[in-house]
Amino acid sequence: MLYREAGDFKSTYSSDNQTFPIKGDRYAYWVAVAFAFLVVPFFLTDYWANSIIIPLLIYVIAVLGLNILIGYCGQLSLGTGGFMAVGAYATYKLTYAFPWMPIYITFIIAGLITSAVGVLFGLPSLKIKGFYLAVATLAAQFFLIWLFTRVGWFFNDSATGMITMPEREMFGIVVSGAGASSVAIYLTCLIFVVGMAWLARNLTRGTIGRTWMAIRDMDIAAEIIGVNPLIAKLTAFAVSSFFVGVAGALTFAVYLGSIEAGEAFGINKSFLVLFMVIIGGLGSVLGSFLGATFLVCLPVLLKLLLVDLMGWPADLARHFEVLVIGALIILVLIAEPHGMAAIWRTIKEKLRLWPFPH
Amino acid sequence: MSETVLFAIEAAINGLSVGIMYSLVALGFVLIFKASGIFNFAQGVMALFAALTLVGFQEGAVPFSHLINAVFGTSVHHFGFNMPTIIAIPATIAVMIGFAWLVERVVLKHLVNQEPIILFMATIGLAFFLEGLGDIMWGAEVKRLDVGLPQGGNVWFEENTQWLGGGNENFFGFYIDTLNLYAIAIAAILVIALVLFSQYTKQGRALRAVADDHQAALSVGISLRFIWVLTWSIAGIVALVAGIMWGSKSGVQFSLSLIALKALPVLMLGGFTSIPGAIAGGLLIGVGEKLFDFFMQPIIGGATENWFAYMLALAFLLFRPQGLFGEKIIERV
Repeated sequence: MLYREAGDFKSTYSSDNQTFPIKGDRYAYWVAVAFAFLVVPFFLTDYWANSIIIPLLIYVIAVLGLNILIGYCGQLSLGTGGFMAVGAYATYKLTYAFPWMPIYITFIIAGLITSAVGVLFGLPSLKIKGFYLAVATLAAQFFLIWLFTRVGWFFNDSATGMITMPEREMFGIVVSGAGASSVAIYLTCLIFVVGMAWLARNLTRGTIGRTWMAIRDMDIAAEIIGVNPLIAKLTAFAVSSFFVGVAGALTFAVYLGSIEAGEAFGINKSFLVLFMVIIGGLGSVLGSFLGATFLVCLPVLLKLLLVDLMGWPADLARHFEVLVIGALIILVLIAEPHGMAAIWRTIKEKLRLWPFPH
Repeated sequence: MSETVLFAIEAAINGLSVGIMYSLVALGFVLIFKASGIFNFAQGVMALFAALTLVGFQEGAVPFSHLINAVFGTSVHHFGFNMPTIIAIPATIAVMIGFAWLVERVVLKHLVNQEPIILFMATIGLAFFLEGLGDIMWGAEVKRLDVGLPQGGNVWFEENTQWLGGGNENFFGFYIDTLNLYAIAIAAILVIALVLFSQYTKQGRALRAVADDHQAALSVGISLRFIWVLTWSIAGIVALVAGIMWGSKSGVQFSLSLIALKALPVLMLGGFTSIPGAIAGGLLIGVGEKLFDFFMQPIIGGATENWFAYMLALAFLLFRPQGLFGEKIIERV
């Protein structure tokens, strides 16, 4: 009764093709955006910002990127960590080489550089697929991390091998380095999240998204009906790497401030993002948000429950967390292979019929 | 022979012995992939878990002692006796068989007919679960594993290769761990045993039938579930062997499961469905990465082992997607 499409008549093509055709969805979206921009900044504490909200926003971007590659185009990648590192190191090099450059331009260029690297490592996908491709992307992961920890040019030969972000401003407000306030960081990340989610949503429901999905469902059949696999696969790699690269750039520049490639962008990061994609739901923008939220909040909640409430030692709680994440992955795959997004779809279906059962 | 050649050969021998370890892990992958079409990402962690369990049994450690202590405030650690290796190994095998049964019961049964990629992701979940379980059960610190395999260099091998140096005083013969010689022997025995098992026993034939065609095997009355438990058990035993060899060499620790990631390029090189391929691929990767490191270190820096195997596999796949010994991949619409 409350949530339905009946009675919501469309009289133009553009209103028929809009992102959220159902009124309830549209209002919910605008309320959520307004809440994020106008309410959250006033209540944001440093603890919430640093341990949940900012990592969450950054992971959402990375998950959106990986979801485009795996969920929409069906190309399994385990190189996310490596590509994030490309974004981070590109930001570092750019920001020192061109100190006058506005930081949002830097992020976008870093994303584009990652795109190029992603296309390079995506080339084998034209010849190999499935598990083989997954292992091939591991090559990207290990090679890139090795490159960034061994070749001095990338970290300007700093003695520790760490890279550190200087203070930079966006529209006159410090958003990176030690002087940045958490609200400024939050808003920077939020602008990128909203922009990129919009991009992802519209790319995936347009022509390009449909060619990706055709390749995912059956690449040979797609080729027969005239989808060019070269273009479809490489654009998926390019777009996906762009997202992942921006996420890496934000991780380094505004969230952590100084990083070491192997530690911040190791193979575990790749798996974590992959898990977020699976738990959230393959091929769903909303799922990317849900999956990232779930896996960012889970460790915080477990730590709160086990360490603070029940007094377990921290290392035991950490191992327990690994175990729980593993068990959850299996559980999600068994109970709902399409992830949390599918659960949300079921709820919507019920809401439309409510209060009648059928 | 010149010094460079000698050292290159030494690096190659070193690579062979590392490669045989990769092969041991890869063997478990191939077994499961052949029988169920599942790409078992958890194989490496299974090796770690098996080795942890073995050490735990040997030392008579109380499983979950950290957890019990944290929850009940007690301080139990040991049962107070050490289990002899000869009993601990069968006990560990029993645990691995129990684990295989559980995996079939809890995971695989519900995922029949899912896409391979979903099954693959389930095994990634399994890997994380097992990693957490191993740490909670037996503690996360590095453990020493000693099952009576000899340690240290092989003196005989060293003395009998010294003449190759032709009077060069920098050369003292090739160094090789005695443990690695054992590893080669054990890998050989394992492969022969597996081949004999799959060729000459009833269960082995059933296993091959399932690998060939699930539905046809079902229709002639082979229990798919039993075969899956069987394959996962065998993979568990292979994992135990791999765990023992790695563990005796460098201690039982988490990095063991990362090293096992190297088994993936090994498989791609050798082909997912070929047991000889797993062995050959492992040796190729082992020798290749050591030689590459040996020759390229002065030019591009060390630690190339981290990525060389993957790059080699990647380059190789572009020319032969099914691997060295794999079956030709045929795709239909």
